Amino acid sequence: MTHPGELTRRDLLRRIGLTAVVVGPGAGLLSACATGGGSQPSAAPATTAGGVATSPANPFGVDAKKPLEVTIFSGGYGDAYAKDIHEALYAKKYAGAQIKHNATQNIGTQLRPRFLSGDVPDVVNNSGPEALDLAALAAEGHLADLTALWDAPSADDPAKKVRDTITPAAITNAKLNGKDLVLNYSVSHRALWYNAKLFAAKGWTVPRTWEEFKALGETAKKEGIHLFAYPGQKGPYYQLWNMLYTAAKIGGNQVIVDIDNLVEGAWKSEAVKASLTAWLEIQTGYSDKSYLGLDHTQTQIKHLQNKVLFYPVGSWIENEMAKDKPADFEYAIAPVPSVTAADKMPYEAIQVGVGEVFFVAAKGKNPQGGLEYLRLMLSKEGARGFTEKTKNLTVVNGAAEGLDLPPGLMSAAKAQDAAGANIITDARFEGWYKPLFDYATQQTNSLMGGRISVEEFMDKVQRKADEIKADSSVTKQTRDA
Amino acid sequence: MGERLRKYGFVAGFLAVPVTLYVVFVISPYIQAFQLSLTGWNGISSVVTYVGLDNFARLVRDEVFWQALRTHGITLLVLPLVTIAIALVFAFLLNLGGGSRGAGMAGVGGSAFYKVVFFAPQVLAVAIVGVLWKQIYRPDENGVINGALVKLGMEPVGWMSEPETALWALLAVMVWQAVGFYVVLFSAGMAAIPKDYFEAAMLDGAGRVRLFFTITLPLLRDTLQVAWVYLGIAAFDCFALVNVLTVDAGGPDGATTVLPVEIFKNFFSYSKVGYASAMGVALFFLTITFAVLTLRVTRREKIEL
Repeated sequence: MTHPGELTRRDLLRRIGLTAVVVGPGAGLLSACATGGGSQPSAAPATTAGGVATSPANPFGVDAKKPLEVTIFSGGYGDAYAKDIHEALYAKKYAGAQIKHNATQNIGTQLRPRFLSGDVPDVVNNSGPEALDLAALAAEGHLADLTALWDAPSADDPAKKVRDTITPAAITNAKLNGKDLVLNYSVSHRALWYNAKLFAAKGWTVPRTWEEFKALGETAKKEGIHLFAYPGQKGPYYQLWNMLYTAAKIGGNQVIVDIDNLVEGAWKSEAVKASLTAWLEIQTGYSDKSYLGLDHTQTQIKHLQNKVLFYPVGSWIENEMAKDKPADFEYAIAPVPSVTAADKMPYEAIQVGVGEVFFVAAKGKNPQGGLEYLRLMLSKEGARGFTEKTKNLTVVNGAAEGLDLPPGLMSAAKAQDAAGANIITDARFEGWYKPLFDYATQQTNSLMGGRISVEEFMDKVQRKADEIKADSSVTKQTRDA
Repeated sequence: MGERLRKYGFVAGFLAVPVTLYVVFVISPYIQAFQLSLTGWNGISSVVTYVGLDNFARLVRDEVFWQALRTHGITLLVLPLVTIAIALVFAFLLNLGGGSRGAGMAGVGGSAFYKVVFFAPQVLAVAIVGVLWKQIYRPDENGVINGALVKLGMEPVGWMSEPETALWALLAVMVWQAVGFYVVLFSAGMAAIPKDYFEAAMLDGAGRVRLFFTITLPLLRDTLQVAWVYLGIAAFDCFALVNVLTVDAGGPDGATTVLPVEIFKNFFSYSKVGYASAMGVALFFLTITFAVLTLRVTRREKIEL
């Protein structure tokens, strides 16, 4: 999963460099080719039949003589996994194929003009704060249909289709405007993260109910430890996620599905209300308002110093903080405690989501090569290499088996086993309606800072959701479950 | 005739390159931004639909737009006033505050050292200034200010996380960063004032305060006017500082947001290129209006030295 907070930090200087471009005279320059004509959107060309015969080993008919261009977002995951693993796999299989590797933190700035002019890279890792608008690209026919990929024989076992070797969430999340167009490659586990060694040393157990949660908060308070904190300055959406997942735990995944589908009154459901109220109580009773002005790194460091017990984040945290982690700190995941006895989902439920988007350019020079590149990424060797390089799991089933995983990832894998079918869904409006997500994040800070009430939060965010629903210029997406 | 042609040819030869660059990289993008502000373009689509003035109608109804204007308005008033006042005092002290020594006027003792100190923030990149002040304003006991407050037994203050203090804390950083440049600018202006004016006034018994208000200030008028325009334009930017320093880029509750930040969000995060361009056009007119107004209002006969 991409971790935007992290990107923000790394991107900072670059982005500031960009200021001049945005606010200054360059604003129009970026779009210089926008108004200079251009063809009508046309249907994506067929991505098979590239002049080379197809075979189970080469299901898309890749022509080894054609070069392949890959653009990678070098954020929290870096780009070594692409350069050293995936591109090497491709080069090995298609000897002599030229691979152009391009790593950037400014996907939008680099690629927007190229999509306009038609000179596009074959594979794009669309991630980071400047990720391209996928719905807009899809509307222009720029995204290759991945159905052929799902149905192709897998790289490891020709008897198995690719779609049977990856987690089903990767297939459901591939849909855009009703078609399978994007590959979400990584898997992350989100809930509360804590220091297992501290709990062992103190003899504390992980709270399962909200009462136990608060009781632990009282105990921790006596030791000068805050029960919970989220970063208000950079990364406040961690708390928005947290409150949404808690609401889903209380009222079932339908709560989030309704919010994603912009259902009337979705933000005013009882489950949302119960979640907001419960978290507001924790924030005001067992946290500290200073965290509302700290960024994610500052907060995560305080977590490592045992000044905070629980931090709401995803499994990438362990790799992110690996350099700063002291020896007596061991990351472990804890499900959010049950808010009521009547919660729809059991205590064990956690959020497991797919992320880190890749797509193949349909109008590129080598779409067959692009699909083949994704197929090799989804091989066991490709996925294992990604996990080794980034300490994050992929959507490929069983690819991490036998790997020496760090304790935090192991605890996440165990938590997923315990959760079984009770997986909290991801909130997709974050990608579909970014303005709504940003607005809800802003209101989260207001709510937790005590400037608005739970009712005001629900009213305001619902109004914004209604506004987006009524806005005909926004392409609407829907999901069934 | 040939003489004249040669002269103009010579001038044109020098102007051709800079004017071309200016037209290509400044004027034409402005024109494009105006054009794009009338469209609903998303940055990718090959079909650009014209929506007339829809973007501007939407802008007027956008709460965030007015919040940004409020920030610009306050900054526009406070930043130039405070910066110029502080810079003038410092420049006067550094150059003339020591009274007359020997042949001319001199600054207070150690003024050469102070000049360097005042100018230091100016050479720091804005991003570094932001990170520096993030540490100073840090809301817990590890912050520079709050560390001191906690030691004195007081509660730490969320400088940037409370809507009441955030904008003022931001303005303090902007003033801190700007003062050094204007100290140097005013110093140069003061150096251009003939020394005999001061000597004559001092012979007549004028003190330092009197010297400042009756001689220095009136004769610095042109420099002050330039400073006012510069600072006013700076008040329309502050993108980098807001991005680094404030809560959730422009928060809390939009208390510190500015148009450039909203343009960035709409362009890069939301792919609303048309709408972002409309904001850019609004910003363009605001800046131009401000500059024209300032130059008009402060226009006056020049004092002949």
